[in-house]
Amino acid sequence: MSRKISLPPAFAAPSRRGFLAGASALGATLFLPKNLRAADYPTAAVNTTGLAVTDTEATIGILHSVTGTMAISETGSVQAEKLAVEQINAQGGVLGRKIKVVQEDGASDWPTFAEKAKKLLVDDKVCSVMGCWTSASRKAVLPVFEQYNGILYYPTFYEGLEQSHNVFYDGQEATQQIIAGLDWVTKTKGARSFYLLGSDYIWPRTSNKIARKHIEDKLGLEVVGEEYYPLGHTQFNSVINKIKLKKPDVIYAIVVGGSNVAFYKQLKAAGIDLTKEKPLLLTISVTEDEIRGIGGENIEGAYACMKYFQSLKNPNNEAFVKAFKAMWGQDMVIGDVTQAAYLGPWLWKAAVEKAGSFDVEKVIAASPGIELTTAPEGYVKIHENHHLWSKTRVGRALADGQYDVVWETPDLVEPNPFPAGYQ
Amino acid sequence: MFADYSWGDLMSIFAMQGFAGLILFSVYVLMALGLAIIFGQMGVINMAHGEFMILGAYVTYLTSKLFAAFLPGLFGLYFFVAMILAFIASGGLGMAVEWLLIRHLYKRPLDTLLATWGVSLILQQLYRTVFGAREVGVEIPQWMMGSLTLTDTIEIPINGLFVMVLAIGISVAIYVLMYRSGWGLQVRAVVANRAMADAVGINTARTDRLTFGVGCGVAGVAGAAFTMIGSTGPTAGQLYIVDTFLVVVFGGAGNLLGTIVSAFSISQGQSILEFFLSGSTAKVLTLLTVVIIVMVRPQGLFALKLRK
Repeated sequence: MSRKISLPPAFAAPSRRGFLAGASALGATLFLPKNLRAADYPTAAVNTTGLAVTDTEATIGILHSVTGTMAISETGSVQAEKLAVEQINAQGGVLGRKIKVVQEDGASDWPTFAEKAKKLLVDDKVCSVMGCWTSASRKAVLPVFEQYNGILYYPTFYEGLEQSHNVFYDGQEATQQIIAGLDWVTKTKGARSFYLLGSDYIWPRTSNKIARKHIEDKLGLEVVGEEYYPLGHTQFNSVINKIKLKKPDVIYAIVVGGSNVAFYKQLKAAGIDLTKEKPLLLTISVTEDEIRGIGGENIEGAYACMKYFQSLKNPNNEAFVKAFKAMWGQDMVIGDVTQAAYLGPWLWKAAVEKAGSFDVEKVIAASPGIELTTAPEGYVKIHENHHLWSKTRVGRALADGQYDVVWETPDLVEPNPFPAGYQ
Repeated sequence: MFADYSWGDLMSIFAMQGFAGLILFSVYVLMALGLAIIFGQMGVINMAHGEFMILGAYVTYLTSKLFAAFLPGLFGLYFFVAMILAFIASGGLGMAVEWLLIRHLYKRPLDTLLATWGVSLILQQLYRTVFGAREVGVEIPQWMMGSLTLTDTIEIPINGLFVMVLAIGISVAIYVLMYRSGWGLQVRAVVANRAMADAVGINTARTDRLTFGVGCGVAGVAGAAFTMIGSTGPTAGQLYIVDTFLVVVFGGAGNLLGTIVSAFSISQGQSILEFFLSGSTAKVLTLLTVVIIVMVRPQGLFALKLRK
């Protein structure tokens, strides 16, 4: 994060503010090397496009569902983003300006997301937006962000096949999450046959397509079944019988939402004990957040493959978990997406300070290559394609609702939203 | 598909699949009974049915917490207490809603649809405010999870058995209540001819309120039972509402036997199709079949003979 602070262009102007800025710049670099002072960055210079930036404040938007079906998932993201903003403000803000948050509710309704995105960009003139959770909501706001040239930090792991000038994808795209996990289960657990299962919409279908290609073409192994159930489906006894009939080594499950709870409870009731790993269950859709609904005792022994688990042992994460619980309650759990949402404001701050400007184009141009050494998941870096380099990890579900991290990739995995040979 | 399996394997899979169909049948019966009473007997399209079920689920959640905190020794039995409390809570709320809202709309059946939909949204947001947006995990007593091992390959889930027994029990109770009790006679009289029932001295307003309350109470018990197999969250009720209406409409409004026959045919059809086809395709085919049958027989499988 160390870099030279270049003087803003407006500094040359012989104004009173410029003079003061010059006088304080020395003090700032001497005593507060990390805290940039607003006076060093006159508003007229760092905000040439009329965003909501004043001498003391910079406004960003938060756009998630806090009502409706998706509130279950998106609440954690809102909490993480607010925590990041509060921490950034406590450290002195961004270019010496406190972050002010305008929060809008997407209400689990995709047209509402688009409407609220437009409101944030056009009426509130926010510098950036932390928001969306489902791919459907992201697709709905995408044209708005492209038309009005905003920046969206999107926290969820998703199916890939997208790369927008205006979006930064803080979660993993499908290949990052899937391939490492399949390689691991094949090598360490000797898996030979797979049963793919998912909820019936774009993310599970695209992910299973990638998984199938990898299993069949790259690993030369067998997929013995592939199956989708409507979102909200609550009866899985038939598919459980089919799984018993086919006897796969691995159940690869991408079931989401309320269906998740039904699936794992019924799996257990049908006598499939996941701790025996016959068959082993590998999922990419169950974070600690979901386990709260499922019940740790129902999913104990399952493996999940994602980039973050609350139990990760590193100083960044310990501090993050502590701060999160202090702010939102001791009984909170933190899942993969929540952590990714926490990165959003920090990545934006780093990009603004690298660009020395709040201007959208400059922030976007400055973003690739930005590194975050303070991320709870460990070191991350923004790729040219606006996704993050990150490690992929495998966790084993424990009865207390946490994951025990059993494996991680030795290196950062390169994001590849348009994987050749997997489509 | 079956070439690699021995007869023994196949037979046990089919046995378990048959049982899966029976569990689905019980789930449908439990979901639909409450609605069949309200929609069938009163003509009220209760869009908040799912939310009354979820109230039962939340009551179960609270009861489990209470037992865990104060009566840990009896935790294995809390579920029975929870079901009674769920019946009282959902039934009580149902009667309140009837008194505040529904009774003003009896002559405008389509408006009850909108009004109860509003109730459903209000309840969802209420649950979200009180219990949080996330799903809550309801801890089920150990003896109810797991399965009975009949042979090496046939395993019967205990919670499935429990749901079945409960479905049978409630169906019998409702039958006795509707066809063997004085109150049931009054309800049926009001359905058949409200003006005449009023004239012979039946308190129709009170009958309506009780009927609505019993319907909602049964929904609450169903919700309590479903904590074993599904999720408990503010919007979880929405997962059940479509299937519930499907069962009731297909069976023919106003006929409890129709509801049960309809639940049986839909669940068996669905479960068999699910086994041979994929889940989504099975659902599409089931819905298509029901649509076609209802097109041919708009009154449903069993129609109540009414003098119009």
